[in-house]
Amino acid sequence: MRRIVVVSAGLSVPSSTRLLADMLAAAVEGAVTARGSEVEISTIELRPLAHALADHLLTGFPSGELAEAIRLVRGADGLVVVTPVFSASYSGLFKTFFDVLEPGTLDGKPVLIAATAGTARHSLVLEHALRPLFAYLHAVVVPTGVFAASEDFGVSAASDTGSGELHKRVERAAAELAALVTSDLPSGRPFTPTRRSVEDELDEPTPFVELLRRATQG
Amino acid sequence: MGMQFGIFTVGDVTTDPTTGKTPTEYERIKATVAIAKKAEEIGLDVFATGEHHNPPFIASNPTATLAYIGAQTERIILSTATTLITTTDPVLIAEDYAKIQHLTDGRVDLMMGRGNTGPVYPWFGKDIRQGINLAIENYALLRRLWSETNVDWQGRFRTPLQGYTSTPRPLDGVAPFVWHGSIRSPEIAEQAAYYGDGFFHNHIFWPASHTEQMVRLYRERFAHYGHGTPEQAIVGLGGQFFMRTNSQDAIEEFRPYFDNAPVYGHGPSLEDFTEATPLTVGSPQQVLERTLSFREYVGDYQRQLFLVDHAGLPLKTVLEQLDLLGELLPSLREGFASVRKPGVPDAPTHASLVQAAGGPKDTAVYGADDATGTSDRDPLEVS
Repeated sequence: MRRIVVVSAGLSVPSSTRLLADMLAAAVEGAVTARGSEVEISTIELRPLAHALADHLLTGFPSGELAEAIRLVRGADGLVVVTPVFSASYSGLFKTFFDVLEPGTLDGKPVLIAATAGTARHSLVLEHALRPLFAYLHAVVVPTGVFAASEDFGVSAASDTGSGELHKRVERAAAELAALVTSDLPSGRPFTPTRRSVEDELDEPTPFVELLRRATQG
Repeated sequence: MGMQFGIFTVGDVTTDPTTGKTPTEYERIKATVAIAKKAEEIGLDVFATGEHHNPPFIASNPTATLAYIGAQTERIILSTATTLITTTDPVLIAEDYAKIQHLTDGRVDLMMGRGNTGPVYPWFGKDIRQGINLAIENYALLRRLWSETNVDWQGRFRTPLQGYTSTPRPLDGVAPFVWHGSIRSPEIAEQAAYYGDGFFHNHIFWPASHTEQMVRLYRERFAHYGHGTPEQAIVGLGGQFFMRTNSQDAIEEFRPYFDNAPVYGHGPSLEDFTEATPLTVGSPQQVLERTLSFREYVGDYQRQLFLVDHAGLPLKTVLEQLDLLGELLPSLREGFASVRKPGVPDAPTHASLVQAAGGPKDTAVYGADDATGTSDRDPLEVS
């Protein structure tokens, strides 16, 4: 079973960000299934978590549904993250969600990055904003990012332009993510993270003699 | 004494949001002393002060504060919440707290903590990224300074020691009891368990699930290291309340302090926060019931400390809160005692530690005596 979590930071209803997130989710589901693995897709909408995210910034802990969302992300084999473009970058809400994750949460985790905007002039936001963010978080970002401007939703799927091109990019990115999340490594990740989280320490504490050795010898 | 009850303060100087008045440092320092004396008067067992080296706090120099309070009280245990084992030289901690032991006839223990204010570390020549390592190495040295004389030591974080004997020696040859406090660093629970020391969870501002996870780990590892069963581990908890006879009065009076408080102010609502964390705002009966419920997720424990004097609450209000706590105290003691499982250890005191050590010992090192030929390298033990 491969668990894919889709994070969508759209604000309006209906939202083109959610529309793209759903297209990606369907494509990833198909691509993972095609590789012979079962897949479970969960989608996290950030809008209902906006208050909890602001609270987390102030209190340092997640409440209620935000805690559940973070737990889902931690346990995911791969992520699909989709943000609207605000002022030439990801939205503040989108960034806040990744700001409050404990360090190491995304270590080695395959991530498909995607964004929406009113105009294609924002398309490089994927390379200038999202890709560096997830590189910093030690995620493994798939080579193909998916950007959709409003016009991409307005052309038939069969055509060579508009959503025809969008459809191809969605399929290509989904195939890349599927390849990573179905790799045979025991961790289910392209590489095994070395950083230990609080949860790891709680499950299996580093013995004190080792802590003492590290403290005194570095 | 089965379980100890007390208060802990962080010494924040905060504007009262209802009056706009900010206490002077003098007023806040004197208020801290008044609160400690009141704690003894209402029958509490412990007063603990935090340690901060930056505004808006007056909690620097905790040893002077504790000694001053110790001189004006007779019974209450003086403790810390916390002592910064990261940025304070363990040599000074060894000396200072042994001195307070003597001055107060053993009425002192300590809680070790790391401190989370980045700039404080470099002010003391340290690096916050080494916080865990500092806590581990410094405490290992502190233990040796209290248990050994003529210590030769070399480590990473302070200058080496050759033939160093910390003075005065711990009272009756028994070091102050040590708690280790941490909200979310399993390494510190592991450290407390390894030594068989106490573990304290601050249990305020954070969800109870954090407390439960950390205490469970500590208890398991305490048993792993052969100090007894998990139920015999020594656990302390913080807590926070605001109470009035009428619960609605408590909510109305506390809300502006809550909404503007350092740490959590301008964030979640009072209602959300009281649900998500152990904060209780309501009637004495509600505070009683909530407090008695803590043992459901940490097991029977030894020390309960409350935070009562932060967020700009005026001294008068804090003293009223303590009066209410004093009235509640018999019910709290009885409530915990009536359900306490057999075999759970009592809260440690100087007397219980001396008894466990087989009686008091004088471990002082006396100076060389040319007439008798005894050396200052020979510790004299006088039972």
